[in-house]
Amino acid sequence: MPIFALKMLFGDSARFYGMLLGLAFSTLLISQQSAIFVGLMSRTFGFITDTPQPDLWIVDPAQQFLDDNKPLRSTAVQRVRSIEGIEWAVPIFKGLLVVNLPDGKRQVSQIIGIDDASLIAGPPFMVEGALTDLRKPDAIIVDERATRKEFKMNKPPEGGEPRPLRVGDILELNELRAEVVGICKATQTFQSQPVIYTTYSRATQYAPPERRMVTMVLAGLSKGANQAQVIETIAERTGLSAFTGEEFTEKTYVYWMLQTGIPINFGTAIVLGFFVGVAVAGQMFYNFVLDNLKYFGAMKAMGASRKILLGMVFLQASTVALLGFGLGIAVTSIFGLTVPNEKLAFRMTWQIPLIAAGSVIIICTASAAIGMWRVLRLDPADVFKG
Amino acid sequence: MTSSNNTEIAVRASGVEKVYVSGDTNVVALRGADLEVRCGEILMLVGPSGCGKTSFISIIAGLLKRDAGQLEVMGQDPQALSTEARTAWRLRTVGFVFQQFNLIPTLTLAENAAIPLILQGMERRSACEKAREILNHVGLGGREQSSPVRLSGGQQQRVAIARALVNSPKILVCDEPTSALDGATGLHVMELIAQVGRMPGRAVIVVSHDDRIYHLADRIVRMDDGRVDRIETPASRRNANV
Repeated sequence: MPIFALKMLFGDSARFYGMLLGLAFSTLLISQQSAIFVGLMSRTFGFITDTPQPDLWIVDPAQQFLDDNKPLRSTAVQRVRSIEGIEWAVPIFKGLLVVNLPDGKRQVSQIIGIDDASLIAGPPFMVEGALTDLRKPDAIIVDERATRKEFKMNKPPEGGEPRPLRVGDILELNELRAEVVGICKATQTFQSQPVIYTTYSRATQYAPPERRMVTMVLAGLSKGANQAQVIETIAERTGLSAFTGEEFTEKTYVYWMLQTGIPINFGTAIVLGFFVGVAVAGQMFYNFVLDNLKYFGAMKAMGASRKILLGMVFLQASTVALLGFGLGIAVTSIFGLTVPNEKLAFRMTWQIPLIAAGSVIIICTASAAIGMWRVLRLDPADVFKG
Repeated sequence: MTSSNNTEIAVRASGVEKVYVSGDTNVVALRGADLEVRCGEILMLVGPSGCGKTSFISIIAGLLKRDAGQLEVMGQDPQALSTEARTAWRLRTVGFVFQQFNLIPTLTLAENAAIPLILQGMERRSACEKAREILNHVGLGGREQSSPVRLSGGQQQRVAIARALVNSPKILVCDEPTSALDGATGLHVMELIAQVGRMPGRAVIVVSHDDRIYHLADRIVRMDDGRVDRIETPASRRNANV
């Protein structure tokens, strides 16, 4: 009977395509909005994922998320280094500065100052140049996306056509000379500012002078050190909070989830997608079963067992669910592949198709269950009543 | 479980009662109906609407449970079987022709006719092959791959007859098989039922209001108010009319 069940499904083409498109649209809404949401959320902690070296991220206890800078005293680094179990500790400067381009354009950019000696916390991937080039005078490394966008040279000093910023170009940070020595790839920030890497000491020269310039301290643990104990000791002796990369990511993520309207906005769209599925595909599938109830009744009278009839309804529901989900996730994937990441935050994690599939399964199972219930309750003698 | 060795009697019902309960209201459909149907005969169950015909054939076919009385269908009391066993018994024993045909429009004629065989576990291709043979027998040879929606009402009922007979059931139950058809087509369909349905080991029970087809029956059982009122033959009926 499986083939007959499928022929019943495909044969009612108007309703079949209606269900298919309903489920595909529902999957598209759920997965696409989820992927954009995850993409945006990933940008809020991009610097953490781009920086795998430290075991601990040490910040002011009042700091709620990565970009919520609460600068520390310059002595914080030494105090952390003095704690047993800490192998190394480096200062990080992270702040927004205005960059002047040769053509007069001004652009607010995120400056990341990394440890001069170790260059720990440098960019994750170099497109051009080397990280060690940061040791050259006035050296900065610029994010590749920014070289084509915000830092694009509309009037290059040498004349000619507009071109991307390139190694050797000179910028001004807070009226101070900065030479591009490398191009890197870094995770885009939530606010999409260009990212510039330089050394800590140079970053603090570029930045307006403040009493506290250390944004955070990154630290590595000695071999065999008890991480939990070290975190506790840091809190006791320095009054600072220490987090693992995962914990700091989680803290940042939770802040954005709880303190901003982003989850509600995206959640509304995702829930809407679910209800589109329920309203369109679920309703259509239920009507499909209702329309076929007389045939199920006739088969039941002829001697079709409950198992066979339920199997037919289940097969029809799972087929339309699989096809609808497949179509929807394919469209989402094409969308994700064709729209540049720098224009739209899109990150399809493995959980997203699972969530979309789960939603489609819930929609189809619920509508199939109601349909199956009608089939089970169907009195075969009813077929004699027309 | 009741059983009988008498294969001459296809259906033996005595004192069958059925009451439908709807809220506080009890509707008595059968008040002690008695009936014997012999193998090889065509029996018509006739009577006014609401007299209990449909309830009676539903009980005989194992679709409905009786509240009282005795019943044996081919030596078996269907009510003594579990739900699953009764479903399987129905599949083996009873063929159905419905008033509204109930052909699945998205299947071909052969596939529609093959459904009982496939339900019995026959492989689809073989079932459709056998269905083609019987479609040929009911005059629809060469149209096996057509869709039911392209057929006239009479042709659709022929497919339904083929479907009812494809697995050689011992009882053929037809519920108003001509009521959705015009007079001439209805007569042709009933002639076909009489021609292909009648077999030595099979009983055919036809519920009908259509007195133009009564002459095709061996016996006519007239029901009234939930009981069998009288039993006639076409000849006795003719004589009475004269």
